[in-house]
Amino acid sequence: MAKKVIMAVSGLIMVGYLLAHMYGNLKAFSGMQAFDEYSHHLRELGEPILPPSGALWIIRVVLLVAVVAHIWAAVLLARRSWTSAGVNRYETRRNRRGIQRTYASFTLRSGGLVIALFVVYHLAHLTWHWIEPGGSSPSPYGRLVAGFSVWWVVALYVIALLAVGFHLRHGVASALYTLGAGTTATARQVIVVLSIVTALVITVGFLLVPFSVLLGVIQ
Amino acid sequence: MNITLRVWRQAGPDTEGHMETIEVPDVSEHMSFLEMIDVVNDRLTLEGKEPIAIDSDCREGICGTCGVMINRQAHGPVRATVCQLHMRSFDDGETIDVEPWRADAFPVVKDLVVDRSAFDRIIAAGGYISAPTGSAPEAHSTPVKKADADHAFDAATCIACGACVAACPNGSAMLFTAAKVTHLGLLPQGQPERGSRVLNMINQHDEEGFGGCTNIGECTAVCPKGIPFDTISQLNRDMLGALLRGE
Amino acid sequence: MTDHNPFENPGQSYDSTDRDDQPMDPRGGREAEGMAEQESTFPVSENAPSGPEQQQLPDADAYFSLGDPIADTKAPGGPIESRWSERKFGAKLVNPANRRKLSVIIVGTGLAGASAAATLGESGYQVKSFCYQDSPRRAHSIAAQGGINAAKNYRNDGDSTFRLFYDTVKGGDYRSRESNVYRLAEVSANIIDQCVAQGVPFAREYGGLLDTRSFGGVQVQRTFYARGQTGQQLLLGAYQALERQIAAGTVTMYAKHDMLELVVADGRARGIVVRDLTTGEIETHFADVVVLATGGYGNVFFLSTNAMGSNVTAAWRAHRKGAYFANPCYTQIHPTCIPVSGDYQSKLTLMSESLRNDGRIWVPKSGEDTREARDIPEDERDYYLERRYPAFGNLVPRDIASRAAKAVCDEGRGVGPGGLGVYLDFADAIKRLGRKAVEAKYGNLFDMYAQITGEDPYETPMRIYPAVHYTMGGLWVDYDLQSTIPGLFVTGEANFSDHGANRLGASALMQGLADGYFVLPNTIADYLADGPFEKIDDTHPAAVEAVTEVTDRVQKLLSVKGTRTVDSFHRELGQIMWEYCGMERSEEGLRKAIGMIRELREAFWNDVLVPGSGNDLNQSLERAGRVADFLELGELMCVDALHRRESCGGHFRAESQTEDGEALRHDDQFAYVAAWEFTGTGQQPVLHKEDLVYEFVEMKQRSYK
Repeated sequence: MAKKVIMAVSGLIMVGYLLAHMYGNLKAFSGMQAFDEYSHHLRELGEPILPPSGALWIIRVVLLVAVVAHIWAAVLLARRSWTSAGVNRYETRRNRRGIQRTYASFTLRSGGLVIALFVVYHLAHLTWHWIEPGGSSPSPYGRLVAGFSVWWVVALYVIALLAVGFHLRHGVASALYTLGAGTTATARQVIVVLSIVTALVITVGFLLVPFSVLLGVIQ
Repeated sequence: MNITLRVWRQAGPDTEGHMETIEVPDVSEHMSFLEMIDVVNDRLTLEGKEPIAIDSDCREGICGTCGVMINRQAHGPVRATVCQLHMRSFDDGETIDVEPWRADAFPVVKDLVVDRSAFDRIIAAGGYISAPTGSAPEAHSTPVKKADADHAFDAATCIACGACVAACPNGSAMLFTAAKVTHLGLLPQGQPERGSRVLNMINQHDEEGFGGCTNIGECTAVCPKGIPFDTISQLNRDMLGALLRGE
Repeated sequence: MTDHNPFENPGQSYDSTDRDDQPMDPRGGREAEGMAEQESTFPVSENAPSGPEQQQLPDADAYFSLGDPIADTKAPGGPIESRWSERKFGAKLVNPANRRKLSVIIVGTGLAGASAAATLGESGYQVKSFCYQDSPRRAHSIAAQGGINAAKNYRNDGDSTFRLFYDTVKGGDYRSRESNVYRLAEVSANIIDQCVAQGVPFAREYGGLLDTRSFGGVQVQRTFYARGQTGQQLLLGAYQALERQIAAGTVTMYAKHDMLELVVADGRARGIVVRDLTTGEIETHFADVVVLATGGYGNVFFLSTNAMGSNVTAAWRAHRKGAYFANPCYTQIHPTCIPVSGDYQSKLTLMSESLRNDGRIWVPKSGEDTREARDIPEDERDYYLERRYPAFGNLVPRDIASRAAKAVCDEGRGVGPGGLGVYLDFADAIKRLGRKAVEAKYGNLFDMYAQITGEDPYETPMRIYPAVHYTMGGLWVDYDLQSTIPGLFVTGEANFSDHGANRLGASALMQGLADGYFVLPNTIADYLADGPFEKIDDTHPAAVEAVTEVTDRVQKLLSVKGTRTVDSFHRELGQIMWEYCGMERSEEGLRKAIGMIRELREAFWNDVLVPGSGNDLNQSLERAGRVADFLELGELMCVDALHRRESCGGHFRAESQTEDGEALRHDDQFAYVAAWEFTGTGQQPVLHKEDLVYEFVEMKQRSYK
C-alpha cells in the first residue's frame, strides 16, 4: 500500500513541476530576451538566502527523487499485478479492453515507459546538450527554436506529450483517489474533470511552443 | 436458439486446462445461463462424459457462489450474477466463451470452480465489529444518521462473488475489501476498530496475493451489487488516517 | 389481530384450565373423544399404548406403528414469563477454565449455525464448524428478504413479548410448544441489540432510530429489516463474528465439507463423518457434542426457494441413527414466487411477501380470457382474496393465499405459461403513491422480477405462483434443543420446535438467531458440564461403522452406472411431492404417492448414473447422496401427512375443511407433535406423540374472514 502512496505523491510532485515548466516554456512567446532572462533567473532563484543555483538544485533533487520513486514503485506494482492477475489470463479474444476502462488507464504503464524514454532524450537535448538537432546556440531560446524547427523533433515531442496527456488523465485522478479523495460520487466526478483539465492544459500548453516554432510564429 | 459453448476444462488444480467446444442446440431464451449448463451437463452425463464443474447455490443472486467469465466479462453481459443471466441476452448461433475467474489468489479447483477462501481470511483479519454475544447495549442507545446507515448498507450488500477480482486488470480485491471497510467504518459501532481494521484487512489482502488497485473501475462496472467505487477512496482515506495516527 | 371466530366450535376448543391437570409427561391422551364422521376409518386405536413394545396397526395399509408417547422433560412449569430464566438458572454451568477442554461440532453456517459457532467460540469452547458451501457466508439464510420480528414495541402499537408469543402460537395453528415460543419471543429483543452492535445496517428513520414495518398479516409493526436483504445482513453479521473467532483460533472452519454420517458412540453423539468435497476424502471428526444447524428440507420438492445445495442429509442421517423426526409434513408454501417458465427450471425465486402490502392479487373472471392483463377491464377481474377475505384481503396468511392461488388455477383461470400463475398488480399502488414511492419501497424486487422474466412490472402486473419455501418440521428436540440422541443438538430450521404447523413471516430469522446466540449456548452447557467425555478416535467401532457406511454408499452410487441422471430422479420425486404432498393432500393421493416414491427409490438405486469418481470434486455424486435421502424423507412426509387427518397450518387435508373450504383442525385428536422413529429403510416408522398443552393461549379455529 505504501508503494501506491509513493506513486501518488511522486506523481503529483511531477505534475506540479510540469505546470511550472510549461509556464516557463510559454515565456517563449515573450521573445528571446524574456525567455533567456527567465532561464537565467531560475539559477538565481532563492538568492541570497540560497547559494547560486541552490533552488534549482533543490528542485532537481526533489524531482529526481520523485522520478526514481515513481519508477521504482511502478515496476514493483506492475510486477505484483502480473503475478496477481497473470499476463494474458483469459483465453478468449473478446472484450480485451474491459467493460468501461479508459484508453488512458489501458496505456498507463506503456505510456509511462514512453515518457521515461522521452525524458532521457529531452535532457540529452536541452539540458546536457549531448545532441543538438537543428544546430547549437549559446542562448536557451536559440536552442529551442533551432530544435523545434526540425520536424522529427516536434513529432517526438507530440508523441511524448500525448503519452503525458493520457498518463495524467488517469494518473491525476488515480493519485487523488489513492490519497483518499473522492469518497462521494460527486467528488469523484469533480476529480475526473480535474484530471481531464490538467491533462489538456499540460498537453496543449507544451505543444503550443513547438508548433509555433514549426509554423514560424516564434522565430 | 442454438449456441456454441467454448468452456474451460481442467481436471484438477495441478493439471493443464484447455478450452472445449460444445454445441448446444435447442436452448430456450427463458433459461438462465446456469439452467443451460444444467441441460448441457445432463447431456454430457448421459453420453458418458464428465459434466462441467460449476458452482452455484441460491440461484437468486445473493449467495455469491456462482460466477464465471463469459466472453471475458465477469458474470456475462448483464450486470447481475450468472444465475440471473438469461439466454435471451445472447444471440442465436452465438459462440460463448466461458472461463473461470482468474487470479493468483483464486486457484482453479476444477473446470469453472475456483477457491475463494482468501476472501474469508480477509474478513477474519478485521472485517467485523467485536461484539460478544450478550454484551450489546439497547439497540436505540446509539442513533445512526439515515444517510450513514444507507451508505453503509450500500457497501454491505457485497456478496463476495469475486467478479471484481476477475475483472480487475491487476487481480486486486480492493473493492471487496473496501466494501467491508466502508460498511463498518461508517457506523458508530465500527469506530473503535476502524484504524486497525483497515490496516489488518489490507495486509491480509496483500498477503493473499491480490494485486494493487490502480483505480480503473472495472470492478464496480461488473459488480452485480453495484458496490460504489468511492468505497475504495474511503478505504484509502481510512488507511492513510490510520498510518498517520501511527496505528 | 381479530380473535373473533365465527366458526369456533366450543366442542373443539380447549379451555386451558382443562389441561392444568395434565402431567408434564403425558401418557396416552385425550384422543378419540370426538372423532368426526369422516375420521371413522382412521385405523389407530390410540388409547393406552402402554409399554415399550410397538403396537402394530390393524389396518393392512398401515404405514407406521405407534410407540410410546414422548415428552419434553426440560421445560420448567410455572408462569410462562419465568420459565426461560428458571431453566437458565437450573442448568449446570461450565467453568471458563474447563471450556477449552470441551469440543463442539457445529454443522451448518446459516444464522443458527454461525451464531452458535461464534458464541460458543467466544465462550472458550473448541469449536469445529462445517459447511458444504465454499464459504460460511453463503449459507441459504442469506436469501431471506423480508425482515426479522422482535418484540421491541418501538412503535408503541401495543406489541409485547406476550403478543409476539401469542401471534406465533396462533400463526402456528396451535401445533407448537408454548414454552419454546415464549422463549423465542422473549429473546427476540436481544437479537436486535446484538445485531445492531455487530454493525448490521438495519433500515433507519431520519431521526437515526430503527425503522420497522408490519409483515405477514400481523397488525403491529415489529419487523426490522435491511431493505430487501435482511437475511443477508444478519447472516453477514453472524459470519463476521464467526470469522473473528476463526482468527482467534477458537473455531476451526471446514468449508466445502459435507456431513454424511453421525457417529453415535456409547449412546452419545460424538462425531460426524464428512466428505471433503474438493478432494473427495472421507474424514471423521470427534467432539463432546454435535450440533446440527443444517436448515430445512424444502428441496425434497425439487423446485423450491431453497438453494440448489440445501439438503436433508445431515438431519436424515441423524434420524437414521436414532433422532426422531417431528412433523415432517408441515411445509410452508410461499404465495409470492416467480412462476415456472419451463421444464428446465432449476429453482423458484421468492419475492418478499411485503409485496402483498401494496399489490392486489387477481385473475380474470373467465378462464377463456386471453387478453393482456392491462386490457382486461376492472369488472372482469376477480380480486379473489379481497372478495373472500374482506378483513385481511391480500394480506391473509401464506397458506391461505397459496391455496387460493392454486384453487383459481385449478379452475383454469391461471395466467402465464401453463396457466400456473396469478397477477400481482401494482397499478393502483402506483396511482395512489406515485411510481417513485413504489420504486423506493419495492425497487429491488421489481428489478429482480424484470431480470428473471424480462417483463416490466411497472407496466404489466407481476405473475406469481406459490412455491415451497420453508419446512416447519425437523428433528425433534426438547426445550434444550437436544434431540432424542444425547449430545445431538439441533437448531434453526433443522429442528421442529417453534413454528408449529405454520411459520409467521419474519420469524425464521428470529428463530435461527435466537437458537444460535441465546438459547443453545445456555442449554448446551448443561450437557457439557458432564464432559469431557471419554476420548474416542477412528478405531472406535461406532466410527468404523459410520465410515464404512459412508464409503459403501459412495461406492454404491458410483457403481450403479444406470441410464438416468440424478436430477431426473429428483425432478420426478419433486413432482410426486408437489402433486400429492403439496398445498393440498388427500388420503388417496398420499397412499398413491407413497407407492410411487417406493418405486422411484428402487429405480434410483438400480438405474442412477453418477459419472466420475469419488476422489475429487464431483457435483453429481454430491447431489446423488442428497437425492437418495430425499427419497426416504419424501415417504415419511407422506406417511406423516396421511396420519394427520386434519388440516392445520401448512398441512391441508382435502378431507378436513369447512364448508367454505377453510382448513379445519381436530384438536381433540391431533394436538400433538408427531415424532417419528426410524426402524430401517422401507420399514414402518414408529410414531411417538408429544401432547401439546396450552395453558396460556386458548386454541381457536383460525379465521381471516
